[in-house]
Amino acid sequence: MREKILNYIEKNSRVELKELAVLLGTTEAEIAQELADMEAEGIICGYHTLIDWDKVTTDRVNALIEVRVTPQRGHGFDAIAERIYKYPEVNATYLISGGYDLLVSLEGKTLKEVSSFVSQKLSTLEYVISTTTHFVLKKYKDHGTILNGETNDERMIMTP
Amino acid sequence: MRNPLSETIVSIKPSGIRKFFDIASEMKDVISLGVGEPDFDTPWFIRDEGIYSLEKGRTFYTSNSGLIELREEICRYLKRRVDVDYEAKSEVIITVGGSEAIDIAMRAMLDSGDEVLIPQPSYVSYEPCVILAGGKPVIIELKNENEFKLTKQELLDAITDKTKILVMPFPNNPTGAVMTREELEDIAEVCIEKDIFVLSDEIYSELTYCGDHCSIASLPGMKERTILINGFSKGFAMTGWRLGYACGPHAIIEQMTKIHQFCIMCAPTTSQYAAVEALRNGDKDVERMRESYNQRRRYLMNAFKEMGLPCFEPFGAFYVFPCIKEFNMTSEEFAFALLDAKKLAVVPGSAFGDSGEGFIRISYAYSLDKLKAAMQKLSEYVEELRRKH
Repeated sequence: MREKILNYIEKNSRVELKELAVLLGTTEAEIAQELADMEAEGIICGYHTLIDWDKVTTDRVNALIEVRVTPQRGHGFDAIAERIYKYPEVNATYLISGGYDLLVSLEGKTLKEVSSFVSQKLSTLEYVISTTTHFVLKKYKDHGTILNGETNDERMIMTP
Repeated sequence: MRNPLSETIVSIKPSGIRKFFDIASEMKDVISLGVGEPDFDTPWFIRDEGIYSLEKGRTFYTSNSGLIELREEICRYLKRRVDVDYEAKSEVIITVGGSEAIDIAMRAMLDSGDEVLIPQPSYVSYEPCVILAGGKPVIIELKNENEFKLTKQELLDAITDKTKILVMPFPNNPTGAVMTREELEDIAEVCIEKDIFVLSDEIYSELTYCGDHCSIASLPGMKERTILINGFSKGFAMTGWRLGYACGPHAIIEQMTKIHQFCIMCAPTTSQYAAVEALRNGDKDVERMRESYNQRRRYLMNAFKEMGLPCFEPFGAFYVFPCIKEFNMTSEEFAFALLDAKKLAVVPGSAFGDSGEGFIRISYAYSLDKLKAAMQKLSEYVEELRRKH
């Protein structure tokens, strides 16, 4: 049941308990209990909204920054990752396998803010060896949703 | 000039849906719940395989029975899903949709005057296929109180010395009825005792919501007297690829292959390559779609409950079959009036046989948002009718 609830609310967290209970063939009480439990257990970490900001403002940019660092004895990458993700302008931080170590995502900033963050804060951190900044030019699909995806029902109106 | 037409074909009524379709498709802003095919696109990896096969230039005919890789995958799939063993080389034929399989099975098995038992309400093509093959359709009228399942007694009552084939259309279009293993055992017992063959149309086998589908071919003594028909249209959302198959005793498949060879040559090659991929890696997508249909099914059952429209709970396909007898209208009158008043299109139950009279077929191959908008309209309409009475 947990997985079914999660699969559903991952796409639509605004669904009413009553409706979700009907769809999953269970009771409102059970859904409410599971949600509360999963929030307490840190399985559900938030209920965010997917926004196509390009339709609202024009001066926001998203950047993905590759960061190479020197791991620290006793802490590996965790301590340096924490130094980075604590900056409020950082939207996501991942440890990555391959040619670099950390992938840092900055969302919804202006070009100027991104460049000053990288040159003045990120690059100057101890243990950071190098950074490569990529700007997102266009978002086609985000969180499994195709942005600007047209869905026309092209089926015939009636078939046996 | 002489009459250019065959009396047989002229005697066959056009599909009951046709008239309705013509009117509904002329209207603007109609919400339709009348479609008998999935709303999902074919999963991307399957489409990708079709594109790849075109890129590779695989644009030739396949063997008449179909690609051997596909037939082998079908055998593995049937073993895995319904536990029946078929021999890929001799007991399987790939057809242009399940529809062709129904047609050529009838033509391969019937002589003039042979009777075929067709439980109704059911899909519209069994009866014409029997007539075109020279057989005689004998209708068994399924009942709402049995949740539109075939009972042993109904079967016994319909059998004569001429009965050769029983059509088993479950999971059922239009009612959504499924039959359990125990219920099928009763039917199988009669078929064996009376020496009747079964044409089991299992095109909706992947879409059951109360335990896995049971194939009548998997029951003891039944494989040798059953033609199992299935395909990719419903479970894998591949209607437009036109791909189905039939499995059965070699002697029957061999004659079906002969007809197929002369009329069709082979099923579409691109579709066959895509289908191999569907069977190898499609289980997860099928499961995802099934879960989504199940949620909508529950939503509709709850909506009918709220508007007080009687409907038995169906556990298969993607249809529900609510009863509209309280309004003293035929199902065709109801469907036309609903289209007129609310621009909501449903299919009259009578399009699927006389025993569908008094019911309407509602398809839930639509997004939840569309179903919600449609149920709002249906609920308003039902209220208006009740106020009038």
